[in-house]
Amino acid sequence: MNRRAVFSGLARAAAPLALAAYFAAELADIGDGARGFSYEWVPALGIEFALRLDGLSLLFAVLISGIGALVFMYSASYMSHHAARGRFYILLYLFMGAMLGLVLADNLITLIVFWELTSITSYGLISLESQRESARSAALQALFVTGAGGLALLAGFVLLGQAAGTYQISELVAGGSLADDDLYLPILALVLLGAFTKSAQVPFHFWLPNAMEAPTPVSAYLHSATMVKAGVYLLARLMPVLGDSDEWFYAVSGIGAATMLTGAVLALAQTDLKRILAYSTLSILGSLVFLLGIGTHDTVVAAMVLLVAHACYKAALFLAAGIIDHETGTRDIRELGGLMRAMPVTAACVILAGLSMAGIPVMFGFIAKESVYEALLHADRLETLLLGAAVLANLLMVAVALILIIQPFFGPKRAFDRHVHEADVWMLAGPVVLCFASVLLTFMPARVDSSLFGDATGQITGEFAAKVSLWHGFNTALALSGLTAGLGLAAYLSRNHLATVLSRGASGAVSPEQSYNRIMTALAKAAESITKLIQNGYLRLYFSVLLAAAVLLIAGTGLAKSDFALPDFSPAPRIEELGVALVTLAGALMAVGARSRIIAIIGLGLAGYGVALVYAMFGAPDLAMTQILVETLTVLLLLFAFYRLPRFAVYSRIGTRARDALLSIAAGTTISILLLTTLTVDQDRTLSQRLSEISKPEAYGSNVVNVILVDFRALDTLGEITVLAAAAVGIISLLRMRRRRSGE
Amino acid sequence: MNSIILQAVARFFMPVQLLFSVFLLLRGHNAPGGGFAAGLVVAAALALHAIAFSPAATRQLMRVEPVTVAGVGLLIALSSGTIGLFGGEPYLTGEWLDFSVLSVKFGTPFLFDVGVYLLVIGMAAGVLLSLMEVRS
Repeated sequence: MNRRAVFSGLARAAAPLALAAYFAAELADIGDGARGFSYEWVPALGIEFALRLDGLSLLFAVLISGIGALVFMYSASYMSHHAARGRFYILLYLFMGAMLGLVLADNLITLIVFWELTSITSYGLISLESQRESARSAALQALFVTGAGGLALLAGFVLLGQAAGTYQISELVAGGSLADDDLYLPILALVLLGAFTKSAQVPFHFWLPNAMEAPTPVSAYLHSATMVKAGVYLLARLMPVLGDSDEWFYAVSGIGAATMLTGAVLALAQTDLKRILAYSTLSILGSLVFLLGIGTHDTVVAAMVLLVAHACYKAALFLAAGIIDHETGTRDIRELGGLMRAMPVTAACVILAGLSMAGIPVMFGFIAKESVYEALLHADRLETLLLGAAVLANLLMVAVALILIIQPFFGPKRAFDRHVHEADVWMLAGPVVLCFASVLLTFMPARVDSSLFGDATGQITGEFAAKVSLWHGFNTALALSGLTAGLGLAAYLSRNHLATVLSRGASGAVSPEQSYNRIMTALAKAAESITKLIQNGYLRLYFSVLLAAAVLLIAGTGLAKSDFALPDFSPAPRIEELGVALVTLAGALMAVGARSRIIAIIGLGLAGYGVALVYAMFGAPDLAMTQILVETLTVLLLLFAFYRLPRFAVYSRIGTRARDALLSIAAGTTISILLLTTLTVDQDRTLSQRLSEISKPEAYGSNVVNVILVDFRALDTLGEITVLAAAAVGIISLLRMRRRRSGE
Repeated sequence: MNSIILQAVARFFMPVQLLFSVFLLLRGHNAPGGGFAAGLVVAAALALHAIAFSPAATRQLMRVEPVTVAGVGLLIALSSGTIGLFGGEPYLTGEWLDFSVLSVKFGTPFLFDVGVYLLVIGMAAGVLLSLMEVRS
């Protein structure tokens, strides 16, 4: 064990631990109240940076910081030899901050900023082992899907803000349901798109199993306990505003049910420990969405309870899977067996967490399942259908749990290529604490009832009460639980048969992932063909396109609005002005008619010096000076750039030259007429007069041009020099690459 | 290029150009000049040196990498704006010292100008020298 790495890793768990303690302390006295702060960001648009701690956000905050602390502790040991652990910790911190910001946000725009931040940090964490192609593509897939959803969500939020007149979430919720608003359906569709992509609902579910490319602590934290629940959080938070309608009911519970069943069914067919857990997470996410779709007070309570229960047992299972992988070197369940004696503590954790997952009494998962059944029994409509779906999904979960518990630990002993022993205390701390929490929550009904779940639910339904207890008496819900357990056991025993049936059925269908791949390939092909057309590599094409577009726009507008006008050309030009004009013209003609590049460049330089003389003659000394200097350096640069090129070998055809001449003349004429027209327009000189007036007294400079550059408009100059620096770095890098390639 | 005349001229002329560039920099606020022009003058001086002697000799004369000079310039320009922040003013507020040396007043805009100066030198010299060192 890399001792120093472990201790520094533990030090990093201090901050999350402190946060967890703070939030846990808040649990007692948050009640139905809230506190927070807001900071004006863009007042004109009603955008504020606002954070608010209430029952719902507190529930999530406790989960995020608590499980975060455990994950940091676990990572101290798990990642102690990992090459990219520095990056890992930074990203994990950023993620935790972003996730906390998300659940604490009280302004829609604040929320979406943190929403996107979680997507980005998730991208960084999934692709942590960036040398692996599978990790990179999985990260990109996740980013693409959640990012597209995030875009839709932003649109939905803007519409929501417009419809309700405010972006503050607390005000939105207080304002009541928007179900009758004209914009309701588009808002609902867009917000659901955002929530469903983030929480991996069907058909956007395929990124979640692939996200298992991330290191196990990341899978445990992001992709089971926190980030994927962000969509669920959003649905819960916005339910007072968007819920309470048929569309909400059918869309949300429909998709939720579909996900619930898809995840459960697909989990059975997996052989990788992490993928089994991923698909079962998918199923639970579906259940949570399903429950929120139904929208009665009881289902919301059940959703909150299930959320906490799942976070506890799933994180524990993921961390344990990481321990098994770390110690045995494999995650394939077909290769694992007989680990009970070698890893008793891990086994105990997996057994307890698995029992919670299966909903067996004494574990908190049982209470969660009971709450779900109770709530569904009292649903307003489609009771039997809803219950049937829930039972089906749950019994498959029982089967999966049994696979996880029995196979690796009680199965036939396998041979491993190393000596398998129990993990160290830091890796075990996480799963042990989580299992302990699972048991503890079961036996603390009173405290847990109101302060944890009641406060959270109250923010959603308005009713700050929740009855969560172990024993409800012999009722239908209990019978259903028993039925689920029994059927689950049957499913486990016949799992091989089920697996064959499933694989036969799934082979024909087009999976959403295939559609995603097809869309990506099509996008890439389209981009390629457009680029080939517009960016064929020849500078002259880019330049011609630019000029043509500019000429069309300017000339078109000018002619359409009959805006062009010519000034009267008086007084007559003086002899020196004519001379300068002729010199400039001569330079231009030289550039055009030259037979060698060097002459052309000198011609351009001459034209440039002519322009500098114009500046000098008409009272712009700074400009003239800069122009002369720039012109000199440009001539030098061009000379050196073109010096190495061979002589003009091929001259353009007459047709090409005619076309170029036409374009150039058109461009020159248009710009000239535009400039001449500006002389006829009444010019408002208040700004330049004012700047000249205050230049000396307030900015201590008599040269108003320079004062504008470095004082009044310093921000613009800052932008310009940044661009210069970037361009210089680009040019120098390209030239250096060329030097390296030619074998310097 | 191995023209003795050019080398002699360059040796003579460079100090004058450098001095002139500093002059332009200092007077920029009150008379034509300023960071841009001053930086370009230095770039021209370096170009003259590189043509007369060789790009390698110019790099040796500069001692620092041109990109580093540009980077330092950008840094100075960016941080000149933060001085105003300490007084509670917005970024890039001009803060001035009370005294003036030979009728040149010093303040954050001057610092900004120095940043621009260094950036232009670094950029122009970097591009020029890189171009000159390309072998066909």
